[in-house]
Amino acid sequence: MPDPLLQISDLNVAFETARGLIRPVRDVSLSIYPGQTVAVVGESGCGKSVTAMSILRLLPSPPSKVLSGSIMFAGRDLVTVPENQMQKIRGKEIAMIFQEPMTSLNPVYSIGDQIAEAVVLHQHVGSREGLRIAEQSLRDVGIADAHRRLREYPHEMSGGMRQRIMIAMALSCKPKLLIADEPTTALDVTIQAQILELLRKVQQQTGMSIMLITHDLGVVAENADVVAVMYASRIVETATVEELFDRPQHPYTQGLFRSIPKFGVTSKRLETIPGTVPNPTKFPPGCKFHTRCDRLNGDPLCSTVEPLLREVSPGHWASCHHAEHFAESPVTVPQLQHKREDYIPLATEVQA
Amino acid sequence: MSDVANMPSTTASSTAATHNADSPLLQVRDLKTYFPIRRGLLSRTVAHVKAVDGVSFDLSASKTLGLVGESGCGKTTVGRTILRLIPATSGEVIYRGKDFFSYRGEGLRKLRRHMQIIFQDPVSSLNPRMTIGNIIGEPIEVHGIATGSEKNDRVASLLQRVGLDPAYAARYPHEFSGGQRQRIGIARAISLSPEFIVCDEPVSALDVSIQSQILNLLNDLQDELKIAYLFIAHNLAVVEHFSDDVAVMYLGRIVEKASGPEIYKNPKHPYTESLLSAVPEPNPRPKKRRIVLGGEVPSPANPPTGCAFHPRCPLARLAAKQAAASETVEITSGGETFRVLRKCVEESPPLELKQGEPGHLAACWVTK
Repeated sequence: MPDPLLQISDLNVAFETARGLIRPVRDVSLSIYPGQTVAVVGESGCGKSVTAMSILRLLPSPPSKVLSGSIMFAGRDLVTVPENQMQKIRGKEIAMIFQEPMTSLNPVYSIGDQIAEAVVLHQHVGSREGLRIAEQSLRDVGIADAHRRLREYPHEMSGGMRQRIMIAMALSCKPKLLIADEPTTALDVTIQAQILELLRKVQQQTGMSIMLITHDLGVVAENADVVAVMYASRIVETATVEELFDRPQHPYTQGLFRSIPKFGVTSKRLETIPGTVPNPTKFPPGCKFHTRCDRLNGDPLCSTVEPLLREVSPGHWASCHHAEHFAESPVTVPQLQHKREDYIPLATEVQA
Repeated sequence: MSDVANMPSTTASSTAATHNADSPLLQVRDLKTYFPIRRGLLSRTVAHVKAVDGVSFDLSASKTLGLVGESGCGKTTVGRTILRLIPATSGEVIYRGKDFFSYRGEGLRKLRRHMQIIFQDPVSSLNPRMTIGNIIGEPIEVHGIATGSEKNDRVASLLQRVGLDPAYAARYPHEFSGGQRQRIGIARAISLSPEFIVCDEPVSALDVSIQSQILNLLNDLQDELKIAYLFIAHNLAVVEHFSDDVAVMYLGRIVEKASGPEIYKNPKHPYTESLLSAVPEPNPRPKKRRIVLGGEVPSPANPPTGCAFHPRCPLARLAAKQAAASETVEITSGGETFRVLRKCVEESPPLELKQGEPGHLAACWVTK
């Protein structure tokens, strides 16, 4: 049984603001095993990006502050390691790609210089060797004419091309964990398919783990091994991808599945989740979802006591008082080692 | 609520009198919108970006036409050109049997009442310095429908109709969430009881759980007020769900048009097929065949010859393998060299009827 590559335990992050303390991440526990893809799903403001940024300590402090919890990565706690060590991990062992390929590249440096900078820094090679590795990583992400592209600037490229460059940059130091924060949200579907295909290919070759942050349940279904659904700063449900899609237990997850339009369904009305995502400055008491929940009308338990994650069936955790099975409160951190085995390669040749 | 439905639409009924009830509400004929590319000291026009290059379709009252395509395909430009927010280079828009492009001055202003738009970005499409009441009330006042307290009553009933508290009229846009702002944009669009609304990506900036609320609202309003929608979006599942007919655009042209279920079950254009296959499905055990297209959408300033899709087309390559060598030609695209049908490179295919449901149109030399 391998150890998890990354293990987040009871992480709590707060922002100090003029209007008081905001808690964008509350009691988040998550494990990522080698070679696994873990998807974190949720709507804007649910805390998924803040969780990712906390792993790399990219949040400015103040206002942000880790209140409690640990993030264990290869035997070290990323919450407490000194900054000089963190710099060696950031970009080398854990890399991140962002949603906006437009703003995350520096417009005044050439593509080659930007990729080589990280390579030279982390792999202690000369600048010529750095450029050679940069060229190779551009080839790895399927960029034609990589040698010429090295001397080009971000504005000369399309969105899909820029996202490939971000990925090339992230992969140039062969990280063990890639955090992909909405990597395809800004891209067209055909380009999205290319990028996701590329990530799968790289993962198969290198065995790296991926933390995939997204709101698109289609992307989750086709790419993740394990899914964690976040709502109002907490993980409200986590399970293997098959289990979660087959038997969602939390009313929020169920509502999400029902409200997405699906192909070939003729009914014009969609089911909806009433109301809106609560504002983190004024979360409702009790279960944060109870104001939008249709599961049990007006149960006083829901409006007073916030439910904890419980193992509702082996490996499947949900935080709802009325999840089908009642179990004791959790004593362990949810750990799902699941890796999809019968993986169906999606890109098949077009047949006549 | 009934106030909204009963709003006076005098001009509508007067134009309706001269308009044949059977013909479509809106007819778009060979619409072209070119943007000049200017270079040099004298800003001479050196070329054109053919953003919309010969688009035609009909839209009947209280129906929805979905317009899909990737960024840069010209779908937004089509919507804006129809509303004359962007001048057309050529072509016709016939609204209730009359040439909309020929209207000027007061006549144009009167007609514009019936044609509205809902924008993608609910943040930038509302003036941050106006109250919600003024944003929704302004068109009512400008078109002389109501003023003073009568106007305020209308605003209140509109707010209620889109699911907002009428007391919100005194508030400013920044006080609302994205979904609520989109509701305000919708209230503004329906304030003049229009017959036709261009919905330009109305839900793509919203969260998943809010998207379905807005789609349902648009659907209810259509049933109640008999509005025709031109629904522009890049999400195929949303479009297929929401529209009666779907038109797929590629590089300024419609390459396929059919009813929603037909286009999903029986796509005729290889671009439509690859678009459909690229949409990730919420199913962890996918069975569908995925066609990952090579390369990217070419620039509309310099589109490929013949069928604009030929450099990325899997079908043109496949057909070339079965055709005689004289009918094929070698091309290089995205760093690859392969053979495709000569016809695809040299001649632009017309949008023509294909086998399948009646009215299924596609522009492809290969499919039947």
